[in-house]
Amino acid sequence: MIAPNRQGEVWVFAEQEDGSLHDVVLELCGKARQLADELGVAVGAVLPGHQVRGLASKLIAHGADRVYLVEDSRLAHFQTIPYARVLCTLIEKYRPQIVLYGATPLGRDLAPRVASAMQAGMTADCTDLQISDVVDPKTKELHPKLLLQIRPAFGGNIIATIVNYDRWPQMATVREGVMPLLPPNPSRNGEVIEEKVEIDESLLALRLIERHIEPRKVNLKSARVIVAGGGGVGSKEDFRLIYELAGVIGGAVGASRAAVDSGFIGKEHQIGQTGTTVRPALYIAAGISGAVQHRAGMEESAKIIAINTDPNAPIFSIAHYGIVGDLKKVIPMMIKALRERPK
Amino acid sequence: MPYDVVVCVKQVPDTANVTAEAMKEDGTVNRAALPAIFNPEDLNALEVALEIRDRWGGTVTVISMGPPKAAEVLRDSLYRGADRAILITDRRAAASDTLATSYILAQTIRTIGRYDIVLCGRQAIDGDTAQVGPQIAEKLGLPQVTYLEQLVDIVDGQARVRRNVGRGWEIVDVHLPALFTVISTANQPRPPAARRVMRFKRARIPAEIEAEVRASLGNASDEEVLDAIAKRTEELRRQGLLLEQWNLDDIHADLNRCGLPGSPTKVFRVQAIVLTKKGYTEIPPTEEGIRRLIHELVVDRTLG
Repeated sequence: MIAPNRQGEVWVFAEQEDGSLHDVVLELCGKARQLADELGVAVGAVLPGHQVRGLASKLIAHGADRVYLVEDSRLAHFQTIPYARVLCTLIEKYRPQIVLYGATPLGRDLAPRVASAMQAGMTADCTDLQISDVVDPKTKELHPKLLLQIRPAFGGNIIATIVNYDRWPQMATVREGVMPLLPPNPSRNGEVIEEKVEIDESLLALRLIERHIEPRKVNLKSARVIVAGGGGVGSKEDFRLIYELAGVIGGAVGASRAAVDSGFIGKEHQIGQTGTTVRPALYIAAGISGAVQHRAGMEESAKIIAINTDPNAPIFSIAHYGIVGDLKKVIPMMIKALRERPK
Repeated sequence: MPYDVVVCVKQVPDTANVTAEAMKEDGTVNRAALPAIFNPEDLNALEVALEIRDRWGGTVTVISMGPPKAAEVLRDSLYRGADRAILITDRRAAASDTLATSYILAQTIRTIGRYDIVLCGRQAIDGDTAQVGPQIAEKLGLPQVTYLEQLVDIVDGQARVRRNVGRGWEIVDVHLPALFTVISTANQPRPPAARRVMRFKRARIPAEIEAEVRASLGNASDEEVLDAIAKRTEELRRQGLLLEQWNLDDIHADLNRCGLPGSPTKVFRVQAIVLTKKGYTEIPPTEEGIRRLIHELVVDRTLG
């Protein structure tokens, strides 16, 4: 661990795969920019990889002041131990006050390993981050400008605010899609700092044999409108109604886990804790009861319309508009009203 | 070549099934209404361990940290086929965050001494952090493979595993000893075996024996109680039904790294998510109602 260093930078781990940055990294750069401005410090991005220098300008355009570039052919494919070595080495050298990672499978593999090696705090899957003075209720000591790490816990039934008083850096993973992606500013200036980190062959414990990545077919994350169906849709045939409404409205098709598990639609459409997290301008939930796992993936939507026959369905608790009724009648009415709306 | 496997498991409240019935009038969760269950992905980890023993021989040791009640998941592990089960229970371990928990479990595994493979569920459903597995691996100096969905093979101390990487999978080779965290799609955990349930349902940890003896003896003297506890303990030991209960001294733990002092992260505030029904505008399921809704969405520019 490092001692609190209130002049330390706010860092983002720049996760990349085959030379392209993960979306969440750019979302984090925007959030780090905001936190760093409140703290009056700079934003740093740590970019390990092989032939990834070209990504630095994108990080800078999204808010980084400094990009710590660690180029090594042995970092071409992610491996926990060498990547953790890179992070720990740079953290000890520059003593950042905050380090953020995407809560991706890779980030959730790497970040706890770094925290363990540093014996520092680590909070998983944050949905919000804020800066605030905090008084320790036990010692009454004032800790100025701490990072409030806010996350759902207990299956999404409570919201916990976690702090780390003195075993820094303050580190967190942040779920993809919960921080807004800010538009890049190509005229921002920043510097690229090349770092060398010793990667001993003995650190390369894993040997990659085969790899298969599905192209992202359904783009739920960038959709302005999502029409999602749940178990209440009833059958694969009736799921056509969901597609039809999405088509008329110009939106993407989403689904709850119940609909995916029942075979109505493919898993790539799943929204929720184990699927994709979305925050569209409009979310229409049809026949979705609204289990906490589903709500966790869509409750940040700007407007939510819930259609359900059960007036006690939990989905209504987060809806802005509620329609208690049969979706097989309601959706055709919506399609009709949309087609007839004045343009 | 046989392999010795240690599986880390946790007893958790069943947060996955929080329904309207488990909500209180004020909209907060009624924790008492949630049953304590075997963390689902830890059952997948146990199944991987049992499959390793089925194919290559060796031993399966299950460890858990928690209050005495967590002995329930140890018994469940024995019902499903584990060879040995150890509960680490100690008040000084209370309020441990993932860093302190992983330290305690790593010390426990060190104390067990012999292991080729350490398995954990990817994450526990009460916290969903997925941190403890990688943090144990770091402390033991082991390579880790997270999100394991298939153990393909083990040849001469080298494992080939398939891991899920979100939008796909990769197959990697790793030399043992190593730690793997297992996801729910890896397998279908075997159910408890009736014969083993009959055999182990009376298995107890010392803390349970003490509680049961005290409850049954009511107002007996201390001496009688202690005598009865000793007798009962000896009886279970003879029958092979005394489950191991360790404390922090048994695993030579540095107390500064356990419980509250060992936990850098502190819960500063907790807010219940209040489910209210007041927040939304009710739209009648009629053509007129829906036409007005669409009109409103066009006016406020939600729809272009």
